[in-house]
Amino acid sequence: MKDHPVKKMSIIVSRGSLDGIYPALIMANGARMEGIEASLFFTFFGLNALANKTLDSLKVSTVGNSALNMAMPMLGLPMTIPFPTVMGAIPGVSAFATHLMNKEMEKLDIPPVREFLELISDSGGKIYACKLAMDMFKLKKEDLMDRVDGVLTVGQFYEESAGEGTHILFT
Amino acid sequence: MKKNIAGTEVDVNDEGYLTDMSQWNEAIAAAIAAEEGIGPLTDAHNKVINYLRQQQAAGAALTIRSMGKSGVVTTKELYDLFPGGPLKKSSKIAGIPKPGGCIYTK
Repeated sequence: MKDHPVKKMSIIVSRGSLDGIYPALIMANGARMEGIEASLFFTFFGLNALANKTLDSLKVSTVGNSALNMAMPMLGLPMTIPFPTVMGAIPGVSAFATHLMNKEMEKLDIPPVREFLELISDSGGKIYACKLAMDMFKLKKEDLMDRVDGVLTVGQFYEESAGEGTHILFT
Repeated sequence: MKKNIAGTEVDVNDEGYLTDMSQWNEAIAAAIAAEEGIGPLTDAHNKVINYLRQQQAAGAALTIRSMGKSGVVTTKELYDLFPGGPLKKSSKIAGIPKPGGCIYTK
């Protein structure tokens, strides 16, 4: 195991919900804290985490999330009671679940998305946006938060990820 | 287990972290730092080390986020001062336990 240590994590973020984005941020930050290089490549709905207009108000997905249960949105009820998708569709429910999750995150001293990206950037981690997804969503570099290191094609992303000990992770 | 660091017999765990922070002194810090490829220790390092020890003594849970907000050091400086693992290495040099969680020192 020690013969081939992980030297770099290249993490692709394709989802745009709060619960879709946090794992990648935590993995990238965790890598930097272990002295492992980290880069994040945001594509498709993942771009919500970089766009200034959306990144401060990301929501937990409460619809079509069959793993969601009464304990998960921190309602304090047993995990065995499912959270009905129909309920998740009621206006305000996603916002409420998001509020509860953000509160729990704050208790664990996990920063909100913008501050988390700044933390990763300060730690030397790289933040990239996918060019194709940018074109598709009609986004420009200036629409994204200021810590974005570049807008890359898939080819450039692989080039950026090159090197022995790099692992590419799709989330 | 026991280990002799900088002429002092101290208790350490299997990864070399001091298990009793009261056995720590500056010579031990310098020796661990050298072993970890950090330093020589400067005032900037010492500020972080002293802060970590104070917080540990107070029983506070430290996170990479709280360190950056402490006013003692910025996130960037912390990474520059302790390359290869800012909290892991600074904790080891400060003679406090190894960070336990994903973002904590305990």
